[in-house]
Amino acid sequence: MSPELTDRTKKKIEEIASRYASKEAALLPVLHLVQREVGFISQQEEKQVAHLLDIKPIKVEEVVTFYTMYNQEATGKYHIQVCSNLSCSLLGAELLIDHLKDKLGIGVGETTADKKFTLTTVECLGACEQAPCIMINFDYFGNLDKEKIDNILDNLE
Amino acid sequence: MADKILTKHFGLENLFRIDVYLKNEGYAAAKKALSVMKPDEILEEVKAANLRGRGGAGFPAGVKWGFVPKDIEKPKYLCVNADEGEPGTFKDRYIMNHNPHLLIEGIIISSYCVGINTAFIYIRGEYEAVALRLEEAISEAYDKGFLGENMLGTGFKLDVFVHRGAGAYICGEETALLESLEGKRGNPRLKPPFPASVGLFGCPTVINNVETISNIPSIILNGAAWFCQAGLPKDGGTRIFGVSGMVKKPGIFELPVGTNLKKIINEHAGGMVEGKKLKAVIPGGMSAPILTAEEIDINMDFDSLVEAKSMLGSAAIIVIDQDTSMLDVLKRVTKFYSHESCGQCTPCRIGNSWINKIVKRIADGGGKKEDLDKIIQLANSMLGKTLCPLGDAAAMPILSIIQKFRDELESYIPLGN
Repeated sequence: MSPELTDRTKKKIEEIASRYASKEAALLPVLHLVQREVGFISQQEEKQVAHLLDIKPIKVEEVVTFYTMYNQEATGKYHIQVCSNLSCSLLGAELLIDHLKDKLGIGVGETTADKKFTLTTVECLGACEQAPCIMINFDYFGNLDKEKIDNILDNLE
Repeated sequence: MADKILTKHFGLENLFRIDVYLKNEGYAAAKKALSVMKPDEILEEVKAANLRGRGGAGFPAGVKWGFVPKDIEKPKYLCVNADEGEPGTFKDRYIMNHNPHLLIEGIIISSYCVGINTAFIYIRGEYEAVALRLEEAISEAYDKGFLGENMLGTGFKLDVFVHRGAGAYICGEETALLESLEGKRGNPRLKPPFPASVGLFGCPTVINNVETISNIPSIILNGAAWFCQAGLPKDGGTRIFGVSGMVKKPGIFELPVGTNLKKIINEHAGGMVEGKKLKAVIPGGMSAPILTAEEIDINMDFDSLVEAKSMLGSAAIIVIDQDTSMLDVLKRVTKFYSHESCGQCTPCRIGNSWINKIVKRIADGGGKKEDLDKIIQLANSMLGKTLCPLGDAAAMPILSIIQKFRDELESYIPLGN
């Protein structure tokens, strides 16, 4: 069970909802906010958000399952998303993925036992000039090779 | 004639700060528009500039604005499309990161022209840092009186909000974007009605790409005639070409509409990476039909690329080298569309995943003689048969890759299968 949302978050949700002609329109930004606070969106969060925005929980679940950025389960402290689209593939994204799998000892879609890293692939991140590129949480890293990845990861606490 | 319109000041330190922007002609166009121009005059100027949409479809912006009904009780909305999901495309990120006030100024003028009091910038969810930069810039603009109530003392009111998407390519399609902005799954709507009459919350809505809106200030400040000096008579101004793939200097290059593709690759992007030979180029984002190395002596404008049976799209150029297998390219392309189909229309939902399965089977060594014809049949059953352009966007590159590289693709199918 995840905790109740804080009063501060609830207030922020009210503020966001006031921007739109319908409260439901605030759903995507509100889910981002909740995920930032809780780490993921489980059915518990879906219900809370539904209540705050006066919509049915199924409406929230429809959205959570449609968009790839909402996690329904906890991820590691650092969520590594490797772009595997065309420009990054041309410049060695597959090699990076293999290297990360070896280094972290997990497969794509998995989290390390110490809950530090989650590894996933992602469609085009919009940073093709820096191919191959990855996103760790919300930070972009580009022009990568094995050595640079090692450096970045070794500096994460 | 200006050779650069959007990236002209990119070299300036802290251009994203309003003080620096103001020192470099910033908000001069907005002041001119709101204080001395009537909305109709602005519309005529934008129409005369032949500014075609920079998101991909190339629809003339002025004509689009003209479709919005004038005397209507309902509020009107502007939605700036900053979803930038077309693989290979990264130009809008540069505009928003380096010059957010240029976009805001464009939003102000566009909104004043059409009579809009609320604008949303729909930005892809992954661009969190860019969204924060936009929010800071918007806050600076409010503080200086460029946004909010009684802007620049004219009585005009405009609010601008940043709205983050959450990872769905389809939300770059304008009606899916509207659904997403309303808090729903990004399932495209049936058109008509078009968003200009029935858009966000059922109200008249203008939807334009970041780069399109960012061109507005210079058109207003310098005039349509000045703007048209760059580019072509029917396709005015510059484009920010984004080059990625196997070139020495990948990046963005703002050049006149109609600049030769070979020149962009060889001169601006530094040519091929040492030791690599050109095999093919995708000229306008992944959805654009592929060009072979022999076909790249072509001008990069909407009409020239249509003539070559491809498209300019978002002007995102992906350069592919001889060492890359076209089967790998096909696998990547088909994986993307099968992942990103929203699932609403059967031909796209089933077609894309089916095609991707066949391509993967070929890649795993189990290709059959009839596979390529099967893919062509499936792609043709998507073309023109879906609610939104995603079906076409998938079918077009797939068909062009098979048509132009059939011999190579057949070589991956074991004889006798």
